[in-house]
Amino acid sequence: MRILTFAGRNTKEILRDPLNLAFGLGFPLVLILLLSAIQANVPVSLFEIERLTPGITIFGLCFMTLFSATIIAKDRGSSFLQRLYTTPLTAFDFILGYTLPIIPIALAQSVICYAVALILGLEITVNIILAILFIIPVSLLFIGIGLLCGSIFTDKQVGGICGALLTNLCAWLSGIWFDLELVGGAFKRVAYALPFVHAVELERSVLTGDFSDIGIHLMWVILYAIIVLIGAIFAFLRQMKVQ
Amino acid sequence: MDAIVIENLSKHYKDTIAVDGLSLSIKQGELFSLLGVNGAGKTTTIKMLSCLASPTGGDARLLGNSILTDSAAVKELIAVSPQETAIAPGLTVKENLELICGIHGFRGAEKEAKVTRMTELLDLAKIAKKHAGKLSGGWQRRLSIAMALISDPKILFLDEPTLGLDVIARSELWDIIRSLKGKITIILTTHYMEEAEALSDRIAIMKDGRLLICDTSDSIKKAANTDSFENAFIKIVRGDKI
Repeated sequence: MRILTFAGRNTKEILRDPLNLAFGLGFPLVLILLLSAIQANVPVSLFEIERLTPGITIFGLCFMTLFSATIIAKDRGSSFLQRLYTTPLTAFDFILGYTLPIIPIALAQSVICYAVALILGLEITVNIILAILFIIPVSLLFIGIGLLCGSIFTDKQVGGICGALLTNLCAWLSGIWFDLELVGGAFKRVAYALPFVHAVELERSVLTGDFSDIGIHLMWVILYAIIVLIGAIFAFLRQMKVQ
Repeated sequence: MDAIVIENLSKHYKDTIAVDGLSLSIKQGELFSLLGVNGAGKTTTIKMLSCLASPTGGDARLLGNSILTDSAAVKELIAVSPQETAIAPGLTVKENLELICGIHGFRGAEKEAKVTRMTELLDLAKIAKKHAGKLSGGWQRRLSIAMALISDPKILFLDEPTLGLDVIARSELWDIIRSLKGKITIILTTHYMEEAEALSDRIAIMKDGRLLICDTSDSIKKAANTDSFENAFIKIVRGDKI
């Protein structure tokens, strides 16, 4: 119950910030609408809704990283976390308390993206539900990156690193906006050594029902999620000791 | 009966000695002040006693529980109001109080009763629905103390509770602290001589991590051969012959 109380506080802090709502839920929607409008006016297939939507749901998870990193960094920057360290909350409570509230937000963001995509012409299939559920392991990866950054950097640094660097990394190296085959070479090899493109291809495979490819992409995502979460737990415990 | 027994407590960093062999005991219900100039070791002492920092030597027992081996039990007994105001800014005043109740395992009617009692004690009713981040410094400090008190701690640490407050807000907080005297053991750190003198049963003066004197304000003045507590403090910290 202690975890739920702490998680509830974190949910309120995140959802009560209008900027979080604007960027977390609004920005991915703007992207879907804008890129769909572009697609409607060009003769070539650039942003077809069935390829664009899974990409946008993954790109939107960058904001989950920003949410988790910002709340931890702000709590560290104030004495609030120090106060909580003198309560019966354990390290396990803290880590779950920061992680749990963001999973439903990530799912809600994904549901909204798919709802808008349906309005824009995405075919209704049961795979949409599966694609939304597969957001859970991917969101753990992005939340883990947030936990890691929030445990190391200040809230101002987190804005730059998670807000600018991660969104650019995810945008360029995920194949959301363009086919990585077009660039090829080292760029493609680097992209496939990172988890972002695998997360996008996982979602695309699930949505199209091409289940033969899911295993390898899911493995990449889960492997990175585990590594990042272990790193985040160590970083959090270390800063807890330092504080 | 002693609430806190400190035995040879030390905290050494690489090239600094923050606390050096501190030994003293504090009685249950006592309001005990730690005084000293910057870097004297007051906050480090509080951090060690509240299990936020590990000592490099010695131990302390809080109501019989060691800070080294029974930190979970210690955390059930204490509450801390840190030097900086430690509140959740996005939550309302009431939600902040409910949060601490929930973390300490209070639910339902018990939680409601505690929130109501603390709201009345610290006169928070009129701001109960306001977001904590929008409150003035004085009200935030008041809320911070309410959050420390709501779990009914046996030992309360107040680290510079009136720092940066205006005269009225400080006076009001003094009244609140006075009202707690005898009910719980309070360890207060402060830079303000008049605050320590007005509120404390006993005062310990520290310098460079060491305890210089520990007694009532009257006895400290007598030992320094002066009528002013501030002069006594200056004489003792400077190491003048007393």
